[in-house]
This record gives sequence, C-alpha cells and structure tokens, in this order.
Amino acid sequence: MKNPRSCSQAELFSMINQVSFAVNDMTLYLDTHPDDDDAMAYFCENMALRKELLKEYAARFGPLTLDSDSENCRQCWDWVMQPWPWEGVC
Amino acid sequence: MWNYEKRLQFPINIKKPDARAAQVIISQYGGPDGEMGASMRYLSQRFAMTNRIAMGTLTDIGTEELGHLEMVATIVHQLTRNLSMEEIEKSGFAPYYVDHTVGIWPQAAGGIPFNACEFQSKGDPITDLFEDMAAEQKARTTYDNILRLIDDPDVIAPIKFLRAREIVHFQRFGETKREMSSNIRNVNIQISA
Repeated sequence: MKNPRSCSQAELFSMINQVSFAVNDMTLYLDTHPDDDDAMAYFCENMALRKELLKEYAARFGPLTLDSDSENCRQCWDWVMQPWPWEGVC
Repeated sequence: MWNYEKRLQFPINIKKPDARAAQVIISQYGGPDGEMGASMRYLSQRFAMTNRIAMGTLTDIGTEELGHLEMVATIVHQLTRNLSMEEIEKSGFAPYYVDHTVGIWPQAAGGIPFNACEFQSKGDPITDLFEDMAAEQKARTTYDNILRLIDDPDVIAPIKFLRAREIVHFQRFGETKREMSSNIRNVNIQISA
C-alpha cells in the first residue's frame, strides 16, 4: 500500500472508502459469526488502518468525522467549510 | 446515538443530468421498498428482539440503510442539478417539480408519499425477521428494475453497489433468523402474550 502521507486527497479518500467498507462488511459478518477468529483479525487490521487514514485526512484536508480531527485546536471550523458528500467532489 | 461521517458509503459523481432517471430512482428513497422504509423498519424492530445477535444485525444494517438513504438522495440530487426548464417539461419531471422544485422528498416513482405502513414492527422476532428477508429481496428486485431503465455508467455503478448490499443483508438476516430459531427454546422469554 502507498504511504498515506504521499497520497493525493482523492487517493486518500478512496483508501478511506475501501477500508471503511471492509470494516462495515466485517461488522455485519461478525454480528452473526462472533467466534470467527480470521474475520476478527481482518476487522481489527482494517479498523486500525481506517483510524490512521482518517487522522491523516483530517490533518491535511479537514475532518470526515468530528472525532478524527487533529488534536491541535483549529483556526477555522473545517467541518462546515469542506464539501458535503452529495456535492460530488472529494 | 449516531455519528455522522462526511462521505458516502460508495462514491457518486454524476456529470449528466437526467430527470427521467431521477423520477424512477426516487422510489428507492421513499417508495414501498425504499431505503427510508428499510432503515425505519430495522431501527424500530430491534427493540422487541429477544436475542443480542438480532439486536446487533438490526442496529448495524439499519445504520447502513441510513447511509443508503443518503446515497439514493445524492443520486437524485445530482441527476436534477442544472436542469433546463425544457428538460423538466420533456422528461415528465414537471409534476414533482411543481411541488418540490429539485428538493429531495420521500415518494414512490408514481408520486405516492412515503408512509409508515410500508413496513411493519410486529413485536414478534421471527415474524419481523421473515419480513426483513422479504424486504431485502423486494429492494433487490427494485434495483434490478432500475438497472433496466438507466444507461449512464456514473449512475449504474452506485445502483449496482446498493443492489449487492441487499443480497448481503438478506444473508445476514437469514443467519440471524436461524440463530433465533435454534435458541428459542433455551431462552426464558415470552414472545407473545
């Protein structure tokens, strides 16, 4: 996998969509297969990656979730300044 | 409690407006087998479940349906951006336009408004899970019908994604129902009065 720090905004956003889908699909699978160790390992791996990517995205382009925002207090409220999902831009 | 994520579950970027397509796709927003009914059905039914697995699948699938609701609204919004008055009149979109302009409103393709009677919450776990499996199949059929009516690859991709999720949800509800049926005698619960 490409280093998230050298990814463009579109590349990083696409990676977030992909790992988030893995997390979401595994959540539903684990709901009905709570004892599946392989699925649990796959879930944990993708969840860790998702958190890292969300943090990287928030630091460079503004937060996609409020709790992934940078630890440092911001100068402006990026949450509302950055595009909303239905606008069809990244 | 829910937290919002500022992204769609699957990316949507439609470049070409098409009011005729929007008119049929709105049905998956507020129609009889649409995502509004799906999310409200699962998020309402979970309170009467007697098994934690069922509470979990209904919560998590119901949550994903809210994301699908947002995807369908996004498709309709992008299909109706920058429409000319001529396109609105020619495409048969005028009856919707006169009441809602290009705002998003939950209705079926034929104009019937969303109604809570499009789903049940019966308070009987097995009854409700059977409904949920049927609901996933009905939504899948609707997406199949939509796919026969559209030709823009930018619209086809997210509709195919949504269709595939119906199949996964059907599978998970089937597993939930099996789990519920096999444990029903071991659990000290009263399902009916």
